[in-house]
Amino acid sequence: MDLIKINHISKAYDGHQALSDISLTIPDKSIFGLLGPNGAGKTTLIRIITKIIQQDQGKVFLNEEEITYELIRKIGYLPEERGLYKKMKVGEQLIYLSQLKGLSRDLAVKRINIWLEKLDLKSWWNKNVEDLSKGMAQKVQFIATVLHEPALLILDEPFSGFDPVNADLIKNEILELRDKGATIIFSTHRMESVEELCENITLINQSKKILDGSVKQIKEEHKQGQYIIDYAGTLSTRESFDVLSITDLEGDLKRANIKFNQASKPNDLIAQLTNSVQLFAFSEKIPTINEIFISKVSPSDE
Amino acid sequence: MKFSFQKFPRVMNKIGLIIFREYLVRIKKKSFIIATLLGPILMGAIMFLPTYFALNTKGNQSFQVIDESGLMRGVFVSDKEINFEYISIDLEEAKSDLLKSDKDGLIYIPDFELNEPQGFVLYGASNQSMSTLMSIENTIELHIESLRLLASGLDKEVIDSFDANINLNTIYLNNTGEEKESSSGAATIIGYLTSFMIYMFVFFYGAMCMRGVIEEKSSRIIEIVLSSVKPFELMMGKVIGIAMVGLTQFVLWLVLTFGISILISVFMSPEVLEMGVANTEISSKSDMISTTLNALGGINMTLVLSAFLFYFIGGYLLYGALFAAIGSASESDADAQQFMLPVTAPLIVSIISLSLVLQDPHGSISFWMSIIPFTSPMIMMMRIPFGVATWELILSIFMLILGFLSTLWIAGRIYRVGILMHGTKVNWKILAKWFMTKD
Repeated sequence: MDLIKINHISKAYDGHQALSDISLTIPDKSIFGLLGPNGAGKTTLIRIITKIIQQDQGKVFLNEEEITYELIRKIGYLPEERGLYKKMKVGEQLIYLSQLKGLSRDLAVKRINIWLEKLDLKSWWNKNVEDLSKGMAQKVQFIATVLHEPALLILDEPFSGFDPVNADLIKNEILELRDKGATIIFSTHRMESVEELCENITLINQSKKILDGSVKQIKEEHKQGQYIIDYAGTLSTRESFDVLSITDLEGDLKRANIKFNQASKPNDLIAQLTNSVQLFAFSEKIPTINEIFISKVSPSDE
Repeated sequence: MKFSFQKFPRVMNKIGLIIFREYLVRIKKKSFIIATLLGPILMGAIMFLPTYFALNTKGNQSFQVIDESGLMRGVFVSDKEINFEYISIDLEEAKSDLLKSDKDGLIYIPDFELNEPQGFVLYGASNQSMSTLMSIENTIELHIESLRLLASGLDKEVIDSFDANINLNTIYLNNTGEEKESSSGAATIIGYLTSFMIYMFVFFYGAMCMRGVIEEKSSRIIEIVLSSVKPFELMMGKVIGIAMVGLTQFVLWLVLTFGISILISVFMSPEVLEMGVANTEISSKSDMISTTLNALGGINMTLVLSAFLFYFIGGYLLYGALFAAIGSASESDADAQQFMLPVTAPLIVSIISLSLVLQDPHGSISFWMSIIPFTSPMIMMMRIPFGVATWELILSIFMLILGFLSTLWIAGRIYRVGILMHGTKVNWKILAKWFMTKD
């Protein structure tokens, strides 16, 4: 079932087209990756979903209902450009932000305690935000986003500003929230995090959607019949494959990237290879999202 | 007294929460507490120090008089305040004596012609007060006039019968035909005081609005908050929250000023008593005070106070909205500078025009400036103590309400776009474009 349906959204600023005719669907209870290089229109799309700005054309539906301010209030939104009131204490600030989301004070206090404990910020309740390190402030912002236990979370570049340890901490929290049934829209231009988190992605570039689908399916579609082999000996080039690259491993072991030029089964390839070399490892080369991303957005591709 | 966000209300709508936060954050600030405490002390000082000094000036001044004409004999009569002593020595000698003595001055009356009275001099060791000079001048003039009348052949009794002592009572006629005693002096003071206070409050709290918006924009909390509330709600919450800070400060000032005034008068009273109940100076002072109080009775203080509250809030809303819009277009106080002048110009013009209004509180300049919402809060407060027709007041109030509703609407349209814009160089054209942006 689809939680969000975006129909033909367009938005222009001042003659500059930020989004042109974007349509996509976001399935329920999963992590959805909204990918694209800087300036592709990701943040604009998110701001339209959260009704912070108005689209020129098109509609956004949440649970089949056109999105309203009251529905927005139930969303958890972590913007890319995020900050906090510097002169307010951590605890007060979180109470305030969650009350704006409609949480009662008592419930807010209870949940804030749990989250501060979880993210190692327990002793910071009464500290001013300006005394926090950048990473700590990011954690507080994350807590502010999830306190009202939203069914839909929108995270714009959630890992920027985190060191690897804390990024991992936050990643695990995100996965836990998904397991509890939240739908998460995850916008980023950094692909490493996408593959382990997202089930579905949409790639937008220069205001247009250029790709979408499940990560598995997209990778499947972008396979180019390439294999990675570790071997010893000399590859015979007369075979039915092309050698794309060879690197030396330790000893007389070598690794090659080869491409099958006939529609055959991997077993046929292995049979051919074993004729000429000692085969130590054989694996299909699955393109990473990063590679697909680069191949799709690099200008030379057009 | 400890305010805390732990006390955030259990249930409150969004705009209420915003108002509450804006309010609490500001009244907890040290600068607010200091300003609130210092204000009344300053006001108390301004109001009571002159009185204190007036009551404590060294009562007795003494002057010597050399009358070479022989016409002024017995004219200067000593009283409690000034002592006159006629001497008949050489002027040069008297002048050098004066420096050695503790006398305050030497009045020299030359041998003058009645037709051409010239050559009167007051020699003094120090500068004489204006009122002393006036009273001496007045005494000489009056006497010369009566001498001339005598010389023209009029009988002395007749001349004495001309003597009239009047005290000009000013009566203000209002529409209902009721007569009220008024004092333009008291009206002037009340007018200036209330106008200035509105000017200061609008300026100060308007700028506070602007800085609050800039803070939200530059600290990038804005987008987090906007996922919960609409931009207009956020702006209104801030504007109203800060208005309440202003009102709180004003009420605290009133209460504290009143308290401090009582304290000061208690502290002053023993000295007042020391000077003797029969002291004419005191009784004349208290006469003056009771006259002033009577005059205040002539000015409708309930009207002044309720008008003050209305124009204070109305003026603040009108300008606060504009300041908030400026804030939304700026990422720092420096950015905001370029938009400040046109917004603050009407405020400054109003304050400069106060003296014009004072000269003619019912003239056409006064009228129009008290109708135009950008100047009316200050100008109307200057006019009210002098009496304003009811229809003018109603028109002015209506225009101000219309005015702040419009600026709030305009500001809201600029704000909703501007608050999310970063890194654009903003000018008036861009502000207009933001305003025109479709919703």
